[in-house]
Amino acid sequence: MTTASIPVPVERGRLKVDADRAVRAVLTAIALSALSGLLLITLFIFKEGLPIVLRVGPARFLLSSDWYPLEGHFGILPMIAGSMAVTAGAMVISITLGLSCAIVLTQFCPPRLVAVIKPSIELLAGIPSVVYGFMGVAILVPLIRDHLGGPGLSVLASSIVLGVMALPTITSVSVDALQAVPRSYIEGSIALGATSWQTTHMVVLKAARSGILAAIILGMGRAIGETMAVIMVAGNTIEIPRSILDPVRTLTSNIALEMGYAAGDHRRALFATGVTLFLIIMILNSLALWFSRRRVGRGSA
Amino acid sequence: MMRTVLLTLAGIALLVFLCFDWRSNRHGVLNVLGSTSIQPFAEMLAQEFNGREPGFVVDVQGGGSTAGIQAAMNGVAEIGMCSRNLKQEEAALFRQFEIARDGLAIVVHRSNPIESLTRSQVRALFAGEITNWKEVGGDNREVRLITREEGSGTREAFQKLVMGSTRISRRALTQESNGAVSELVKHDPCAVGYMSLGLVGADLKALAIDGVAPTMDAAKSGRYPLIRPFLFVTRSDPSEKARAFIDFVLSAPAQDLLRREGLIPIR
Repeated sequence: MTTASIPVPVERGRLKVDADRAVRAVLTAIALSALSGLLLITLFIFKEGLPIVLRVGPARFLLSSDWYPLEGHFGILPMIAGSMAVTAGAMVISITLGLSCAIVLTQFCPPRLVAVIKPSIELLAGIPSVVYGFMGVAILVPLIRDHLGGPGLSVLASSIVLGVMALPTITSVSVDALQAVPRSYIEGSIALGATSWQTTHMVVLKAARSGILAAIILGMGRAIGETMAVIMVAGNTIEIPRSILDPVRTLTSNIALEMGYAAGDHRRALFATGVTLFLIIMILNSLALWFSRRRVGRGSA
Repeated sequence: MMRTVLLTLAGIALLVFLCFDWRSNRHGVLNVLGSTSIQPFAEMLAQEFNGREPGFVVDVQGGGSTAGIQAAMNGVAEIGMCSRNLKQEEAALFRQFEIARDGLAIVVHRSNPIESLTRSQVRALFAGEITNWKEVGGDNREVRLITREEGSGTREAFQKLVMGSTRISRRALTQESNGAVSELVKHDPCAVGYMSLGLVGADLKALAIDGVAPTMDAAKSGRYPLIRPFLFVTRSDPSEKARAFIDFVLSAPAQDLLRREGLIPIR
């Protein structure tokens, strides 16, 4: 029996073309070009942004609250705090709602209902972020302003909008993770006398843990990187928010608001903001992966 | 196999072909970019101008005054729109054409009982020194400041005309355009912001400054103190297309249009 990996030289006149290897080479080249594009972007951002961080001093850049770029002051602490606050709030909303939704859809819903709900949630993921921002400004912000106080443009408004945007991602990936748990686990648990809910939180969730963590990381990536919707509902003040009703400016909004006209050092400072964002995302992802690997190593069945 | 390779190559060739703009009037666009204050008026003028079939199309975009200046510098746009005076370094590099003058209005919610403020009161408000409306004779409400982003010509004009060397408070909510400022102030009784006088609608209240109400007459005569120029800037002598558009904008019917829309014409 011959296998498909044995190269079959094909004769075309005097040229011997190895069809298999040719296709492999082309596909590898395409994959490498995508990766190299990503690498080049990363290198460019670091090249533009790192010098000014070093010149201003990393401590002053990251820990100072003075963002007056036209006067030469580049401190992005309020924006870092803003991004963290807004992402944390968004995660609270999207994880509780998204994970619960995924659990209900896979463990407790009749299949006909699932066939209706799951596509609807996936449809939500396709709505452009500007639409969410617009609805936030038109409906959510006045609601918060009139009933909870403050200007309405706030950490709360941003968290709600971002939470709703990250929700479909978390739900979809969690559903896939939960559905991948072998039926034998569930049947075994029930055979031992556990109730549906006990099975769910003691067996299924633990087995699907790494998939759920992947869902959370993806959702977090979406929340921390979102720009347009946040600019519209966050208020964009250059101050560390002291309550969830305070306005806030995120790292992404900072870049988007000022990139249009920034020049010289100001522009490099915005690239440096991009570098900071990059590093924050790397740190968060690594933490999440390390955390999941630790637990899986100890408790996997 | 050969057929697949040939088809792939043909597909790539097609994509490359489609990347180029084959329209015959590709060279017939005049890009005008910059101040969001000037933008709606420039769009009206462009529509009038394009309607006269001049042989090319005028395309107007926003982005803010400083973005406009940079676009003119880089050649991205032939005309940059700027709603503030050029700085010394900038003035040396560009040719500027003043196409109109505009008042800078300090706007509050319609329900705000205040009708007039002095310039130093406005300065104190925006510096964050006054935090409650009752300190200037209004209701017992906190003051919410609305400002524009740093590259905005409106903000620069405001900084120069009102704030001087005092910084605008960090707690001010930053919005990206006159429209966004208007929306916010329209719905928030605590809010105060600044915007182009020509764009203030009936749903906002523009305050009198130093006792002078922001009417067209007061602005034209110069009694209303907050006036700024609307400029078209080009990097060197304007090209034929740019010259044609600028001449149109400075002509009587265009200036008349601007006057009707709430600006101060320069003739």
